[in-house]
Amino acid sequence: MKKILRVRTGIEKQVEHFLDQVSLSGLIFRQGCEYYLSGKEEDFERKIQEIADCEHVGDDLRRSINEHLYSKTLIPESRGDVMELLENMDSLLDRFKGTLWRFRIELPEICEEFHYDFKQLINASIEANEALVESCRAFFIDISKISSHLHKVSYWESESDKISIRLQESIFSKKDLRLSHRMQQRDFAHSLDKIADRAEDIADKLNIYAIKRSL
Amino acid sequence: MFSFFLSSGFFLGWSLGANDASNVFGTAVGSKMIRFKTAAIYCSLFVILGAVISGAGASHTLGKLGAVNALAGAFLVAFSAALSVYLMTLAKFPVSTSQAIVGAIIGWNLFSGSVTDINALTKIVSTWIFCPALSACFAIGLYKATTIIINRFKIRMFRLDLITRYSLLSAGIFGSYALGANNIANVMGVFVPVAPFSHITLLGLTFSPAQQLFFLGGMAIAVGVFTYSKRVMMTVGTGIFPLTPVAATVVVWSHSAVLFIFSSQALEAWLLSHNLPTIPLVPVSSSQAIVGAVIGIGLLKGGRGIRWRTVTGITSSWVTTPIIAALVCFISLFFMQNVFQQKTYTPVEYNITQSAMQRLMDSELPHAPFEPLMWETFPNGMAFSKAIHSAANLNNEQARSILAIAELFEVEISSDLIQTLKKGPFTKEQINILSQLEGRTFQHKWEIKSALAEKSKMFRYRPADKQWNSHLDDFFSQLIGRMQS
Repeated sequence: MKKILRVRTGIEKQVEHFLDQVSLSGLIFRQGCEYYLSGKEEDFERKIQEIADCEHVGDDLRRSINEHLYSKTLIPESRGDVMELLENMDSLLDRFKGTLWRFRIELPEICEEFHYDFKQLINASIEANEALVESCRAFFIDISKISSHLHKVSYWESESDKISIRLQESIFSKKDLRLSHRMQQRDFAHSLDKIADRAEDIADKLNIYAIKRSL
Repeated sequence: MFSFFLSSGFFLGWSLGANDASNVFGTAVGSKMIRFKTAAIYCSLFVILGAVISGAGASHTLGKLGAVNALAGAFLVAFSAALSVYLMTLAKFPVSTSQAIVGAIIGWNLFSGSVTDINALTKIVSTWIFCPALSACFAIGLYKATTIIINRFKIRMFRLDLITRYSLLSAGIFGSYALGANNIANVMGVFVPVAPFSHITLLGLTFSPAQQLFFLGGMAIAVGVFTYSKRVMMTVGTGIFPLTPVAATVVVWSHSAVLFIFSSQALEAWLLSHNLPTIPLVPVSSSQAIVGAVIGIGLLKGGRGIRWRTVTGITSSWVTTPIIAALVCFISLFFMQNVFQQKTYTPVEYNITQSAMQRLMDSELPHAPFEPLMWETFPNGMAFSKAIHSAANLNNEQARSILAIAELFEVEISSDLIQTLKKGPFTKEQINILSQLEGRTFQHKWEIKSALAEKSKMFRYRPADKQWNSHLDDFFSQLIGRMQS
């Protein structure tokens, strides 16, 4: 009995730790982008390293949780849903890391006048991610609270869409820009907007998992 | 010879273990929440305990329906029930051992000319309807309460999983005990009046012949659990699991509670002591209790998921199973008696003797219409019942009393008989009082009861003490059985 209780407490902690990593990766991403936009290269490099470590810890935790779920045959009825959820959250973490690495590889030249909108877009994506992480925590701890977090995900995704469209319009209406420069900035705006879209997709699935578990 | 005849009881026990254990642990094993081996060990152990400790309650009602008084008859009753269960399972009809055994006993009654006690039959049939209905009510109440508790205490997913796991195991253990207590009467009930066992004292505990039989029956159920129930458990587990695990746990608890209340003598005594109406102790169907509970939860969720075909199947099985079992039993008895020359029943004759007439006159029962029937011996209960019904307009209760008064049981209490009784399951005090009747002859069972009641208050019925009276009934059935053999 003690052993089983220990396993339960252990896996609960692991899940919480994993969600902490997803939330943390969002915060690192935001800071990394800000450093990039303000040209602080050293700080940006540090954030690249931090997000890589975060992703590594997240992967290890996810594998360990999956192993526990199967070897101890825990929550047999929701095991598939939980694993899918964690995989999706991990893919969000990967997306943060991937986008930050794109900045490092492509070194896009973001026009000064678009910085505000880019920061707004990053902020909307991170808020959507935070709301999603809170929904996931509610799924494991108190299922009745899920809906109060899920609607925030939708709100920030819609905000992100609006900012992204506004930003893309501004990019293409600005004169004296090469098409390749326009397209690169558009792509970055698009990939930042994709983070919020992905968060909303995961939130929709989470809503279904919650309905399946509701009594 | 007894062990050969008992084999049909083992067959019935085995099939009960193979099928009904899946109701108790199917959900837990099918969903891999509990390993099969763990489930089988707990199930077997508690089925045996339930059978030995609390098995007597439900077997009384079956005994009232028809006292099978010959070993070959008992063999065929159990065999017909087991065969009917097997055939119905092959034909994919929902089946219950309780209904099969009732049908088989009625088949024996028809063959031997014994009268089927309509009161006992009504009591049993009404519980077939009452059992799934009660199980559904239990499931609704329990599910509501569980939902409130989970929402109120905000139980986390992994902790809920742990609680559900232990709850399933506890429900399974309770269910196994209740299954043993309630359904052992189906398996071994018919052998109780003909068992040649004596009381055994082991480690300070005394086991009656019925308990020894129930232990053997419990073992047969356990063998069924170990050898054949895994496949059924997997089917039931995955079949029921579209319910959430919490709902599945509620279903098993409801099923177990229903089986328990239909077999608990302690609960009956408690209800009696509080002047509350008692629940008849009758073997009920474990499968129908499970389906009743699932339907209950289905209704609570709006009724969309209910498989009405299953409900129709259950209703039809109330009629088809007993009829098939009765037919199989009747035909098998015919063959056993006429082809294998075995005694399938001991004829019970009826005669309104002088003493019987006197007793009728002393009681509030009608007696004048029966004067023309005096000294006429009737070969069986059916013939006598027909004669008294044509002589007077009687209700069921009156007819039953007159049948009991006129039933012939001629016996002389000789010293040899006393010596035989000494080897039986009777106390020294009981034998001493029986010895005081030495030299006397009796024509009816009630005469022996009256004579003993005159000698000692330990043989007197107590008006409001159902437990005492049932205990006394046990003693008299043992005594009459020994005198008969």
